[in-house]
Amino acid sequence: MTEVTYREAIAQAIIDEMHADESVFLFGEDVGAAGGAFKTTEGIFDIFGPRRVLDTPISEQAIVGCAIGAALKGLRPVAEIMFADFAGVCFDQIANQLAKYRYMTDGQVSVPVTIRMANGAGGGFGAQHSQAAENWFLSIAGLKVVTPATPADAYGLLRAAIRDEDPVLYFEHKGLFNTKGTIGGASLPIGVAEIVRAGTDATVVATQLMRHRASQAAGELDAEGISIEVIDPRTLLPLDLDTIGRSVDKTGHLLCVQESADAGSWGATVIAGVLDQHFEALDAPPKLVGGDDTPIPYAAELEDAWLPSVERIKDAVRSNLEY
Amino acid sequence: MSDIADLDIDLGLDLLGRMLKIRFFEDEVQRLFTQGLVRGTTHLCNGQEAVSVGACSVLRPGDSMTCTYRGHGAVLAMGAPLEETFGEIMGKKNGLCGGKGGSMHLTDVRVGAYGAYAIVGAHLPVTVGLAFASRYQETGDVGLCFFGDGTVNIGAFHEALNLASVWKLPALFIIENNLYGEYSTVASTTPIERLVDRASAYAMAGFRVNGNDVFAVRDVVTDALERARAGEGPTLIEAMTYRQVGHSRSDPAKYRPPGELEAWLERDPIKLLTDRLIEVGVLDQRIADLREDVEMAVREALETASSWDPPDVADRLTSVLA
Repeated sequence: MTEVTYREAIAQAIIDEMHADESVFLFGEDVGAAGGAFKTTEGIFDIFGPRRVLDTPISEQAIVGCAIGAALKGLRPVAEIMFADFAGVCFDQIANQLAKYRYMTDGQVSVPVTIRMANGAGGGFGAQHSQAAENWFLSIAGLKVVTPATPADAYGLLRAAIRDEDPVLYFEHKGLFNTKGTIGGASLPIGVAEIVRAGTDATVVATQLMRHRASQAAGELDAEGISIEVIDPRTLLPLDLDTIGRSVDKTGHLLCVQESADAGSWGATVIAGVLDQHFEALDAPPKLVGGDDTPIPYAAELEDAWLPSVERIKDAVRSNLEY
Repeated sequence: MSDIADLDIDLGLDLLGRMLKIRFFEDEVQRLFTQGLVRGTTHLCNGQEAVSVGACSVLRPGDSMTCTYRGHGAVLAMGAPLEETFGEIMGKKNGLCGGKGGSMHLTDVRVGAYGAYAIVGAHLPVTVGLAFASRYQETGDVGLCFFGDGTVNIGAFHEALNLASVWKLPALFIIENNLYGEYSTVASTTPIERLVDRASAYAMAGFRVNGNDVFAVRDVVTDALERARAGEGPTLIEAMTYRQVGHSRSDPAKYRPPGELEAWLERDPIKLLTDRLIEVGVLDQRIADLREDVEMAVREALETASSWDPPDVADRLTSVLA
């Protein structure tokens, strides 16, 4: 076990998979000698050279399409879309081509593509470089979506994504790149939630930056005698509703904390699933703690107010328990 | 037409048979559609057979082909079985894609047909990836991509040609210029008359060819394949042809000026090749026999496919993920 940053964990996972499998290659805008816009691919070009680490033009459709074509011939492309918001530029390639290829051909061939994207708010990047774009893909069958929050998950889930036979969208949160933690040497299973903190009074489900805020809120509420169970789904497609449901059966309260407004969000999906399967267990209406129904604003005061804070999470938990 | 003296009669008859197979196939699909046996819509390629047959006939195993929703001909030209191709269009269990794809998504990776794409331009970037894999794996294979004239105005065209050229990938981009993008003339949507001129913007080799002359198509594609396999990069080919039918089955093509269709029917690729073979001494009877054989094979394939069961309803849930 070594202590690394979330950023280094990403690079290490790519390096380890490239050593393990000759068919893995890395490409995207500035991922080569420049080491990536967020330095997440630093050092990889030096190890593997220009055959396996390639800079591309600013052409997101070409990047994703090229990944699909290469995967159809047996390669395992790791493509980078610099900011997840740029998925808007190549939405057709992801939603209509990548996700549907296997189904429309009745499984003639699999498409083992990994697309890494930097997402998340809190950094003052404004409305077009801050979104939790993972929510855009939740209704598209044929994709897997992972959202690691720690170096261990960043490492283990990226290795799993690259090895997976299906397309995996891998979201890296920009606010977590310097987070430190230990990583093991193995991949983690896709589709398995983690109980970050055990508790008995309320279940709080959160991913990425919000998982850390939820954990902090849980720690502070503990001092008030409120026991919170924090669950990080880690994978949004497929979603581990069983782990969440078992927790709600125990606590009777559910809150989802997310960097998104309600409509079409993963939190809304979790709540719908819990209402369907665990309605009798609930002692209060499930609550979404999220962003306002606006684009993400730029100024620090505005963005801070937009994102769920530790205080907002604590208030929401208290009011849900008082219902 | 290329030089008569050089004509290889056996090859000519073989190519004629392949084009007839597509023509008869499309005629049957049209009939099936009017009988309500084809769902949604369907886009026929009558008149464009020489482009797909000419180009695919010079590919080798390992090469890959991608095409558009007007792709029945291209997929058949790669060698997809007639029965399974009919079966897919009719939504049968034994269809190429188990009834999950349909007329616009015919795919048969066994023969190198890596998909028919129903979003204009989407398969050009995919072709870049197929060509990239060839270079990465050092197979010498080429990725060939057919698309319509309307595709030169969508962003994916630009991104794909640029990337293929800057990486010097073994790819062939073939514009099937049939003069209409859906219901609109090329002139009303595109400010240049020679679409192949766009190749120069990507420092790419570009050629325009008579797309109704199967031998001319073969020649230009053969040269492009050689360059691609030699590491000299991609080629853009503009094959001039004509869609003898409407855009889709709901389009009577009333926007065509009077006389245009008739003039192009005189240049029908099957007619051109037939005349040519007769000119060099092939007997009418031999051609009539060939037509009859092919027509029979198509009809028998249709009968077989018609007898197949529909897919099991439970199978709709399979093949989403590996």
